[in-house]
Amino acid sequence: MLTLRAVTKRYPTGDLALNDIHLSLPRGQVMALIGPSGAGKSTLIRCVNRLVEPSGGSIHLEDTELTGLSSGRLRQARRAMAMIFQEYALVDRLTVMENVLSGRLGYVGFWRSFLRRYPKTDVIEAFRLLERVGLGHALDKRADALSGGQRQRVGIARALLQDPRLLLVDEPTASLDPKTSRQIMRLIRELCAERDLAAIINIHDVNLARQFADRIVGLRGGEIVFDGKPGELNAEILTTIYGEEDWGNEEGEEEDADSAVQVTPAPALAMGGGR
Amino acid sequence: MNAARERLAEQGEWRRLPLIGDARLRWLMVIGAVLYLVLALSTISVNWDRVAEGMSRGLNFLAAFTQPDFISRRGDIVNGLLESLTMTLTSTVIGVALAIPVGLGAARNISPLPVYLLCRGIITVSRTFQEVIIAILFVVMFGFGPLAGMITLAFATIGFMAKLLAEDIEDLDWRQVEAVRATGASWLQTMNHAVQPQVMPRLIGLSMYRLDINFRESAVIGIVGAGGIGATLNTSISRYEYDTSAAILLIIIGIVLLSEYSSSHVRRWTQ
Repeated sequence: MLTLRAVTKRYPTGDLALNDIHLSLPRGQVMALIGPSGAGKSTLIRCVNRLVEPSGGSIHLEDTELTGLSSGRLRQARRAMAMIFQEYALVDRLTVMENVLSGRLGYVGFWRSFLRRYPKTDVIEAFRLLERVGLGHALDKRADALSGGQRQRVGIARALLQDPRLLLVDEPTASLDPKTSRQIMRLIRELCAERDLAAIINIHDVNLARQFADRIVGLRGGEIVFDGKPGELNAEILTTIYGEEDWGNEEGEEEDADSAVQVTPAPALAMGGGR
Repeated sequence: MNAARERLAEQGEWRRLPLIGDARLRWLMVIGAVLYLVLALSTISVNWDRVAEGMSRGLNFLAAFTQPDFISRRGDIVNGLLESLTMTLTSTVIGVALAIPVGLGAARNISPLPVYLLCRGIITVSRTFQEVIIAILFVVMFGFGPLAGMITLAFATIGFMAKLLAEDIEDLDWRQVEAVRATGASWLQTMNHAVQPQVMPRLIGLSMYRLDINFRESAVIGIVGAGGIGATLNTSISRYEYDTSAAILLIIIGIVLLSEYSSSHVRRWTQ
């Protein structure tokens, strides 16, 4: 459903962040994007919804070519791809409900959103989603009164209220503790399955990527250096992605993590050992 | 140089690096600055006789504060005060309303270059001249009275508010803006949902601050004919009715204190 062809991004400073990226994502697939800091992971997903303008190449979401859209059409296209952010990016001074309802901004007109008079169906759906992520009780709290994990749940509810077909997820667990990280990843995974959503998840934590993704793509220096199943990821490949390091520990951990998922219902423990 | 410093540090000898490396240049600059200060001070002549004479007049003025006269010019004071307060409030409201679009335009992170340059231009023009000079121009254009004062203060408010608002917008948390834009929000919706919540407390705080600046300025520009309590004050001084002047000044101090207190209260409440 999403196809990137020869996507390139060069920043005005001269840094080549993405170099000739070819990638295609089928419906319903959860793809983890891993790579060292500065490899271009964030740039790649921001190019898809054009928070960053790609300098070359083409990006298709189903039949829509995204790179050439006028701002009005872009606004329409952005509804179909929701983004979940590192450090949540909630609007701190708005309430939880206002933050969730801002997922509908692409659908409603200015005056409706200005007066916060969203259609009844939107409000019903927003509250249902809040309950789904376990925060129905917090609807009138200000976003900055919530804990990290709770904020990320609000961020997820906001994204889903867009009724998207694609999720762009930027380091969802970067500022969360290991247990909350897993809960958030599991929630994203479940929601993708429920709604048949495709997702690109930028993630630093290789173990989480292995455990929760259908497919892993490794990025280094703006180029794709690995594209395969989580099981294919070994010490050699990690070295190609991240550079030389003693990956032995990680590999032993992989087996632990795998068996933890399949057999024992206590994955948080295996995770704690990996840190 | 570095190797020598490392060797000295090894032996426990370490001094902070000087701001200006060359010792001769450093001393030349210090001596030059002191010399200029001495020469400049020596050109200011002081007429000690005039100072001695003026002291007693100044004391008269200060003595009037012990017995301010609120009564004999009561009508003039009340009229001047009402005029000033009207001028202050209307000019702040108009000025802030006009400053918001200019401030949005003058924030480089949300506005395209041509709009940015235009709005920065408006701010520069408004901030170049002191209120008194603008007031003289508007008194010439609109005649004596509070209309000229109101337009002056509104004009000065635009520059002040728009500049500080634009700076606040340039400092805002960009992730929140990105998040709202990513939902497909239009430009206006992004302003309303991501920018406004972040800058609102400061906008309210600055407006309160500007309200009390405008009140104080209204007393000054009254002296050049723009109406208000300043005109009353000016008249009383030129009639040597220092007790009335003292009463007016005390009222100004009281109102400024009141607005100071209430604005800090409002700012705490909007956080």
